[in-house]
Amino acid sequence: MTAHPQGHPRPWALLAELTHGCPLHCPYCSNPLQLTRRSRELTGEEWERVLRQAAELGVVHTHLSGGEPLLRRDLEVIVAAAASAGLYTQLVTSGVGLDEARLTALTGAGLHSVQLSVQHADPGASDRIAGHRSFAAKERAAALVREAGLPLGVNVVLHRDNLDALDPLIELAVAWGADRVELANTQFYGWALRNRAALLPTREQLARAREGVARWREKLGGRTELVWVLPDYFEGVAKPCMGGWGAVSLTVAPDGTVLPCPAAAALPGLDPPNVRDHALEWIWDHSAAFNRYRGEEWMAEPCRSCSHRAEDFGGCRCQAYALTGDAARTDPACALSPDHGLIRSLTGPAPAAEPPPPGYTYRGYGRG
Amino acid sequence: MTAPAAWRPALAPAVHLRHDRVREVDLLVMPERVVVLRGTAGTVLRLCDGGRDLDTIVAELAERFPGAPVATDVPAFLDRMHEEGWIR
Repeated sequence: MTAHPQGHPRPWALLAELTHGCPLHCPYCSNPLQLTRRSRELTGEEWERVLRQAAELGVVHTHLSGGEPLLRRDLEVIVAAAASAGLYTQLVTSGVGLDEARLTALTGAGLHSVQLSVQHADPGASDRIAGHRSFAAKERAAALVREAGLPLGVNVVLHRDNLDALDPLIELAVAWGADRVELANTQFYGWALRNRAALLPTREQLARAREGVARWREKLGGRTELVWVLPDYFEGVAKPCMGGWGAVSLTVAPDGTVLPCPAAAALPGLDPPNVRDHALEWIWDHSAAFNRYRGEEWMAEPCRSCSHRAEDFGGCRCQAYALTGDAARTDPACALSPDHGLIRSLTGPAPAAEPPPPGYTYRGYGRG
Repeated sequence: MTAPAAWRPALAPAVHLRHDRVREVDLLVMPERVVVLRGTAGTVLRLCDGGRDLDTIVAELAERFPGAPVATDVPAFLDRMHEEGWIR
């Protein structure tokens, strides 16, 4: 890693989790099991300061996310702060609560693009997975975003319950006018790990979906970009999580906690810094949390001497911790990990006979 | 493709061209992607304002960079940017 004259190479992106409040209860939510109460959220003025500091630090993109960011009544003020700091600002939303007046206000405040989640192409199934009647609001939101002329991304988290609906999902996203469809295979930590037995797909489902993506890419010819986020449980290769720890992006949680990735709140002893105590630049360069798994010094074997360590950075720290209890071990998703059996037993050619999937544990306060 | 001379290139609506003061580079910024522009790419793209046609852009650059192969390199570069969908 080459050092920046001012410290470590600067981050490109900031994920701003404005609130953990959300009308949806998706069982794979990327928020931590312990959700932050709304009373502890940063104020609009505090976000304004954070976004200004982020731009000064080198951040180019900010993703205003949640929970559902539209639940923040001061979202327009936060968008305006991001835009005036010079950040390319994307709203990451369920679509619930996005009406014409709200979108007009957000666009006027300088919003650049919208990413909309959808859970299934079938309205009933989408509502069931989300744990909330929300499909109709999503459809309306997509139409409003297109009318406003903003770029639209559609994000679908893929799992056992919707992988077989890949064709109708892509058709839906194209019909809604998406410029980009993110087909994000579930990453198993937090809520998704809790619901793994119900969410984990079969190899056959994934093989069909992968063929489907290839077919659609050819058919669409680049008019709509299809992004396939690899299902790391099935690849035998660790994902280059976050592009490396403290290398490319940072997450600010609703209460101002700053994390190298949204799932890192679960790591014990990380003692993450908070924007209420420190400037973002100090946090990025000097906090113990951001330096803990930076570079290669922390690596143990087999990563330490592995030729892939500069490509995958040892994989995902949160997954290593979730599955082995030690965040500094090689990501078990990697076939070279001594712990790979933990994943192979679930996804190998002869997976362990599993009980029929139970219902979901829906995400919510006090359920973690 | 060979660009028609009447083409008046302009950045696609979702694409922003900006100078990054922290990294001292020009960038193309769009949803979920940042493209770091090398050399004089930013200078060329700044002329793509939808008003100037290709000949005008080439002529202006030829004046600014005497001796540089702008007549061949600039149309080829803009073709590539067009294929990526970043200008139209």
